[in-house]
Amino acid sequence: MSPVHYVALSVILFVIGGVGVLVRRNAIVVFMCIELMLNACNLAFVAFARVHGNLDGQVIAFFVMVVAAAEVVVGLAILMAIFRARRSASVDDANLLKY
Amino acid sequence: MTTLHTVAATGALKLSWLLLVFPLFAAVVLLTGGRRTDRWGHLLGVAMPVAAFVYGVIAFFSLLGDSQRSQDVHLYSWIPVAGFQVNMNLLVDQLSICFVLLITGVGSLIIIYSVGYMSHDTDRRRFFGYMNLFLAAMLLLVLGDNYLVLYVGWEGVGLASYLLIGFWYQRPSAAVAAKKAFIVNRVGDAGLSLAIMLMFAEFGTVSFSGVFGSVKSGGSGVATALGLLLLLGACGKSAQVPLQSWLLDAMEGPTPVSALIHAATMVTAGVYLLVRSNPILAITPDARLAVALVGTVTLLFGGIIACAKDDIKKSLAGSTMSQIGYMTLGAGLGPEGYVFAIALLLAHGFFKAGLFLGAGSVIHAMDDEQDMRRYGGLSSFLPITYVTFGLAYLAIIGIPPFSGFFTKDPIIEGDFTEHGAGGWILGILALIGAGITAFYMTRMMLMTWQGKRRWAAEAHPHESPPVMTWPMIVLAIGSVGAGAFLIINDRLQDFLAPVVGVPPVEHGFFTPAGIVALVLALAGVALAWLMYGRVPVPSEAPRGSPLTVAARKDLYGDAFNESVLERPGQWLTRLSVYFDNRGVDGLVNSLAALVGGTSGRWRKLQTGFVRSYALSMFAGAAVLVALLLVVRL
Repeated sequence: MSPVHYVALSVILFVIGGVGVLVRRNAIVVFMCIELMLNACNLAFVAFARVHGNLDGQVIAFFVMVVAAAEVVVGLAILMAIFRARRSASVDDANLLKY
Repeated sequence: MTTLHTVAATGALKLSWLLLVFPLFAAVVLLTGGRRTDRWGHLLGVAMPVAAFVYGVIAFFSLLGDSQRSQDVHLYSWIPVAGFQVNMNLLVDQLSICFVLLITGVGSLIIIYSVGYMSHDTDRRRFFGYMNLFLAAMLLLVLGDNYLVLYVGWEGVGLASYLLIGFWYQRPSAAVAAKKAFIVNRVGDAGLSLAIMLMFAEFGTVSFSGVFGSVKSGGSGVATALGLLLLLGACGKSAQVPLQSWLLDAMEGPTPVSALIHAATMVTAGVYLLVRSNPILAITPDARLAVALVGTVTLLFGGIIACAKDDIKKSLAGSTMSQIGYMTLGAGLGPEGYVFAIALLLAHGFFKAGLFLGAGSVIHAMDDEQDMRRYGGLSSFLPITYVTFGLAYLAIIGIPPFSGFFTKDPIIEGDFTEHGAGGWILGILALIGAGITAFYMTRMMLMTWQGKRRWAAEAHPHESPPVMTWPMIVLAIGSVGAGAFLIINDRLQDFLAPVVGVPPVEHGFFTPAGIVALVLALAGVALAWLMYGRVPVPSEAPRGSPLTVAARKDLYGDAFNESVLERPGQWLTRLSVYFDNRGVDGLVNSLAALVGGTSGRWRKLQTGFVRSYALSMFAGAAVLVALLLVVRL
């Protein structure tokens, strides 16, 4: 299979993730969509690593996974705290920090 | 025209600083001693001026016996700066010793009188403290040997005057009068301080001998400027037109204060200043003419006011302005008039203090009533006051042989020989002033002492205690004899000659001008008798002619000040406040409002919705990518 297919899949996944972040209200789902976008990036990195024949993209993919794992830990903790305070996981309900 | 030649003091004069220390000591003790000094404070307050007077007499006689009569007492070096030395020096010469005797002598009498007059006042200690403070400052004024020391005394008497006018500060009118006196005096003081600065800039010195020595070489322009600035200073302190408005209100103070400060001594400081500065005036006929004009205007101005006032003290205050106008006129005549200005000043110290103390005695007897329309027929109830008041009355209107005749007529006569044709106008106006003087003083005599009793129902007048009558008796003797003593045989003239020079023309006693003055005075007496003696005086003031109405309102002096000076000043203030608010503040405020308003609108972008932030991030990223593509292509 040509690497173009991988890149195309990566774009599709990224757009799905992006649209999900923008249109979904449930924080868990938004979170999952962010993960989807990260993984779309990972896929693109790996595909380009294959195209260029070196390992840089694969190494970066590992870094992204580590960062994503850390992010999940912190993000889910914040989500738990918000849910406890406001009895809701909707991102639109947590809107106090404004003008 | 003379210049000062001084030598270091010898003998008793070395201790001249005692003159200042005596009253200053009493002032410090009384003003800081608190209630402990209540019992004996007034005794100290009397003893110290008397001690100063005794020393003054000793100094006078040792000066008489000394061939060198201008002696300098060096106390300490006050401002020793390279090229500019101001010493705290006292100058004891013929002129200052005259003032020392007047201030301490009349001052002692008035302070003795105050013991009786103020006996019921709970604040008597403060009164005596202020009076002694005044005496110390006034003595410093006349004893200083340079303009800066004089200025210290000048401001000191201004302060004492302020404190004493406002002595009954619980009365709003007294507090306002004190402030008015202080503020009006400030205008005059500005003139004097500018004169001192000009002396320093031009001659590099402010001492009398230094300034008088170099004023000739400074040119007549500088001398004229100095003369006019000194005249402005004299106008403020001596209540001359146009700075006359404070003196009538100053009568809010206790009557002994009016007698000492606002009749006998402080208000004559301007005349002292002008006479002391005679070498400056000598080379500037323009400034001399201005001095004479101010004096003439004031002597009529004060006289007209005195004619209309029903308050006995205010009428006397108008009279004081008028008499000081004569002195200023005398000072404006040059060598012709200096000695007579001083003679009138000394004689006036006696008779005007006598009149004020007499008025105080009447006010005391009539339970603080000051309206002459409520007096009448008092002569048999206060016989001693009546006689002393009457003698001072004869002195002020210039009946021979009382002192006014000897001292005022030479000034009137001098007008006709000095200042050319204009001098004739001044002389005729001064003659009219003599008639006015006789009119208002006779009016006062008739309204107070003669006619029907128009008293308040509860009034029961009584003669004052001896502590008040004796000073009046002594002053009455002075009113009778002082003029003759000073003028006959040219005693004062010869005594003062080294300081002020000799009048170029010898004065006779019954000169044409003197006879006209006497006739006019008798006419004034007759007119007053027709208006106030022959017909009964109504106890309510009639409406009177427009001139009377104007004179009751101080010839619109206050209205003039308000409309010409105060109102435009307020407008200027309002204009600058408006400019500050709208212009300066407006610029700053609108800039701040612009920033604030803009950011207030931009703030609305912060909605708090995470998804909209995400959208803007995506949009931004998309724009960046698009830009990158464009740049690539």
